[in-house]
Amino acid sequence: MEKTTNPLFEYCLRLGDTSLILSQRLGEWCGHGPILEEDIALTNIALDFVGQATAFLKYAAQVEGKGRTEDDLSFLRDAREFRNLLIAEQPNGDYGQTIMRQFLVSTFLYYFYGELKSSKDSMFAALAEKSLKEVTYHLRHSSSWVIRLGDGTEESYKRMKSAIDELWLFTGDMFDMDEVDKTLITQGIAVDLNKVKASWDKKVKEVFTEATLAIPENVFMVKGSHEGKHTEYLGHLLAEMQVLPRSFPGAQW
Amino acid sequence: MSDTQWPLWEVFTQKRQGAPHEHAGSVHAPDKEMALQNARDVYSRRNEAISLWVVPSEAIVASTPEEVGSFFDPANDKAYRHPNFYKTPGVTLD
Repeated sequence: MEKTTNPLFEYCLRLGDTSLILSQRLGEWCGHGPILEEDIALTNIALDFVGQATAFLKYAAQVEGKGRTEDDLSFLRDAREFRNLLIAEQPNGDYGQTIMRQFLVSTFLYYFYGELKSSKDSMFAALAEKSLKEVTYHLRHSSSWVIRLGDGTEESYKRMKSAIDELWLFTGDMFDMDEVDKTLITQGIAVDLNKVKASWDKKVKEVFTEATLAIPENVFMVKGSHEGKHTEYLGHLLAEMQVLPRSFPGAQW
Repeated sequence: MSDTQWPLWEVFTQKRQGAPHEHAGSVHAPDKEMALQNARDVYSRRNEAISLWVVPSEAIVASTPEEVGSFFDPANDKAYRHPNFYKTPGVTLD
């Protein structure tokens, strides 16, 4: 799928799709959490992301101006048209892997929204401010678990370490900038991801140190979310997420 | 979901400024930070609270059903303990 020619639409999709896909992943934990309280915590976070996805995709639809709705964008696009970060679609794995994925993404979103708050696009600025409150809690939740599990038992340490090995190669994708970013940065709308990267590095290092976990070095980074080049997992996720609207077009409830 | 064997904490929520903290329920958690976090997730996700307290359940001393008689009965038959014999403006007593 070619990139669309509207950078603002592309940018909305990146933000909305990352929230949407991550919410679907977290929702998979519903009824399966390791303890009741965490089951509720993860689905709470999933619901926060549903809210963010709805807002950004609604804006995307409005910017596109072709009469599509946020539901059309969520349920009637194929994998190649999705612009979510690759890390968001990675499988839940065990609880440690879910928490590690959440920590890496929440840290990113925390600093990202912190910057987007000052966007010249007033819709972005408002959505960033609202989302930042939610993400601040997500970061608190996930970082406290990374520390507990990393600096926990031999078994929990081992699992957190392997979670890092599974996920680290997708972290480069978060900071990848292309002409969409550059165009919007010159207009004061988008966020300079180099700035976010510096804060992200610092925070991850700080939490990993407390968790007795090491930052991997010289890892090959897989990128491609901007072009809709996804890992094998997104198609399966979409099949499950989209089955109802695709089987019963126009279904309402 | 198996019993985690984590200690139990009692959760108190305050609904608005100036209102008392009221018992909302309980959560399991390994320590106080996590207890507060779990309490937030379980008991204040629909705007039910502006403030939360968590207290280790074992710190609560409770009266037992056997003590009901000796604890509470003495108040029942002494009407003079209740302010029933004078009128308070604007207050209706049963």
